[in-house]
Amino acid sequence: MKADSLLYPTPKGLYCEKGGFYIDPVQPVERALITHGHADHARAGHQAVLATRQTLEIMAVRYGEAFCQTPQEAPLGKEMRIGDVTVHFHPAGHVLGSAQIAVEAEGMRIVVSGDYKRRRDPTCLSFEPVPCDVFITEATFGLPVFHHPDDAEEVGKLLTSLKQFPERAHLVGAYALGKAQRVIMLLREAGYDAPIFIHGALARLCDYYQREGIDLGPLEPATITGRDKSAFAGRVVIGPPSAFADKWARRFPEPMAVFASGWMLVRQRARQRGVELPMVISDHCDWAELTATIAELRPGEVWVTHGREEALVRWCELEGIAARPLHLVGYDDEGE
Amino acid sequence: MQAFAELLDRLVLTPQRNAKIRLMADYFRTAPDPDRGYALAAIAGTLDIATVKPALLRQLMLERMDPILFQYSYDYVGDLAETISLVWETVEPDEAEVADLSLGAVIHRLQSAGRGDVRGLVRDLLDRLDGSARYAFLKLVTGSMRIGVSARLVKQALADMGGVDASEIETLWHGLEPPYLSLFSWLEGHSERPALSMPAVFHAVMLATPVADGDLTNLDPQDYAAEWKWDGIRVQLANLDGTRRLYSRSGDDISAAFPDILEAVDFEGIIDGELLVGGTARTNRATRTFSDLQQRLNRKTVTRKTIEDYPAFVRGYDLLFSREGDMRPLPFSERRAALSGLIEAASPTHFDLSPLVSFSSWKEIDQLRIAPPDPVIEGIMLKRWDSPYQSGRAKGPWFKWKREPYNIDAVLMYAQRGHGKRSSYYSDFTFGVWTEVDGKQVLVPVGKAYFGFTDAELEILDRFVRNNTVERFGPVRSVRATADHGFVLEIAFEGINRSTRHKSGVAMRFPRIARLRADKLPRDADRLETLMAMIPAGTVEEMDGDLSS
Repeated sequence: MKADSLLYPTPKGLYCEKGGFYIDPVQPVERALITHGHADHARAGHQAVLATRQTLEIMAVRYGEAFCQTPQEAPLGKEMRIGDVTVHFHPAGHVLGSAQIAVEAEGMRIVVSGDYKRRRDPTCLSFEPVPCDVFITEATFGLPVFHHPDDAEEVGKLLTSLKQFPERAHLVGAYALGKAQRVIMLLREAGYDAPIFIHGALARLCDYYQREGIDLGPLEPATITGRDKSAFAGRVVIGPPSAFADKWARRFPEPMAVFASGWMLVRQRARQRGVELPMVISDHCDWAELTATIAELRPGEVWVTHGREEALVRWCELEGIAARPLHLVGYDDEGE
Repeated sequence: MQAFAELLDRLVLTPQRNAKIRLMADYFRTAPDPDRGYALAAIAGTLDIATVKPALLRQLMLERMDPILFQYSYDYVGDLAETISLVWETVEPDEAEVADLSLGAVIHRLQSAGRGDVRGLVRDLLDRLDGSARYAFLKLVTGSMRIGVSARLVKQALADMGGVDASEIETLWHGLEPPYLSLFSWLEGHSERPALSMPAVFHAVMLATPVADGDLTNLDPQDYAAEWKWDGIRVQLANLDGTRRLYSRSGDDISAAFPDILEAVDFEGIIDGELLVGGTARTNRATRTFSDLQQRLNRKTVTRKTIEDYPAFVRGYDLLFSREGDMRPLPFSERRAALSGLIEAASPTHFDLSPLVSFSSWKEIDQLRIAPPDPVIEGIMLKRWDSPYQSGRAKGPWFKWKREPYNIDAVLMYAQRGHGKRSSYYSDFTFGVWTEVDGKQVLVPVGKAYFGFTDAELEILDRFVRNNTVERFGPVRSVRATADHGFVLEIAFEGINRSTRHKSGVAMRFPRIARLRADKLPRDADRLETLMAMIPAGTVEEMDGDLSS
């Protein structure tokens, strides 16, 4: 069968008519398949949701147990029948619980990768390449400028700064699901064993990661109750990026604005946000990883979504791989 | 190269002066010779290497990259050097060859490359360096560092590193050259202070402290000389053993922009004075304003036409060295007498003497200060007759007493979040005054201020901004500002000129928030006509953009 009759974009999201489901729909639907727990992909209010156990649990942590009427677990690698199609989930390496979703019917297999990355992440399973006819790739960092550096070096910058500016609280902006926990793990791997202070918005997700066996080490709430302001001097405080422009940040001594994001590679982006210490750490593929993944899979066709579609489509053209942009709306840039 | 690249990246994003100094001092402590000396030269602008045109870099890039993909990348990043540093793919080196990629080695290769070798050399280095080192390298070879660090700041970092006074660094500075091995060796205590090979070096200037309440009460006016404080830039002019130099107050060598003055020097010695444009008192022509002087500042070279249109001269304040030797230990009265004789004999169109102002009481001089006889005067200097010339800012021998700043009441229009410590506060304020457009009274922005207020006042302003936001544009908020609702700020500033760059047609010098006027309504704020009337007659427009480009 033709690929674009198996899956096609609609205003509610990517739709599979034969199976009667949407993938990562942006509006409430009857049946949703969810790739991962980030808020722009996993929304509350659907009737039935099929996702990995961890993604379902993350949704329950974020939205409450009643985030949908019928949650159903998709074990990784297991083929499941929905209507006239077969689906199976495979690790995507993006955040804890994240999966690619393969959709098959009449000899046509499309893999929806959701968001993914290829480099090692101590907080989730690694991306698993799945051969396919059509590969739907994200393009968040789909420009040749994006070459994410080694994340241990980036964390090293933070550790250096803590020594160099021991009187300042280092406020690290990091997305609450995935990035925050990864930064914490990277700090632990680099030998940093002091308590890390976290913003209230991170507490429940960090607890969940700990319950899933990811040892984040000693974490403490970044509250001032019963504590001298100077207790934060030379310490790491992690919170959602938006909190640092907020009055919340005033409780800390001489705050140093740190931001962990792939966007921090471009100096002007860091400058505009008033970031003093950028850490280029991303949960998405950089350009080299995007193009290497496509070269490795060699799908018959590539569909490119959310991000800078045009550059990746151009690259595919130059490589002789059929490609087109898939104009999906409603997905955010990382950490923005 | 890597440590230097990281230093640059940090400096660009670090707003606080003291944090910049610490970053540089730490780098100088840990980086080896000659890398740190070349880094110092790159930051201070004393590095002499062949530069590369952006067009060559673009060509090198397109040799190996699809032009469309390059264009997408460039459009996104917006800066050519940064785009190339990011998209260039590092080439894994052959196992056998290990290239030296230290800053010193890179500079050495650039300095010894012939004209025809540059292209290949740049390509090779781009291949071998990675990410941020590639960026630093491109900034070096395009000659555009722009990292927000003044020569003064880097000298302060050196002073901190060695535990010496910044004036000592300034004094040595022009006698030394990259990679500054003897300087670092001295700062680390391994050797004696470097001996100066060139006599016409900069000597750190003597500075005055502002007159504060009660400072003069117990002082005898008889002990002090008074002279006008002219609104130009403080300079030091040296001519010793055939070497002529003109230095700014912080020790920057600005000789190249003032050949007219250097040629006119026909005396030996080092004088301290004010650089101004217009006519000297000796030619009986008027001194022109600071905005006229700006036409001559921050230039690498100067045209004959500019020299004719904006003739520069030095108004003498003091004499540091004469043909006979060091005058600095002598009292001001003696130095002044010697200076007077020296200027008398010098070119009348390029040199005059700052006149003394006679007075018998502090009250009398205060009145003169408030109503000076010339618009290019910004206050009074008081100097003890018996004061020796000593570098730095000691309190007592010299005072400066500025005329009152200009004041207006303006209305807060926009606020922007600050940086660093202030990033959770709206601390950069754009203010406006009333004007009539098509028969309606509207506010037109006239300036921006981000200091002058106390921490407590900042809390009040921040709260007002958050509670009265009308629109948001990224980090900027526009706030309610109507005739009956808004926030009035008393703005103090040092001067005002016409400007084509600003919608209002005026530009202020050093505007700051003098007081919060919660007692006033926006309708009571000043009008644009009031500001226009403050502009001194006959001034030219402020120049657009960066004067050095």
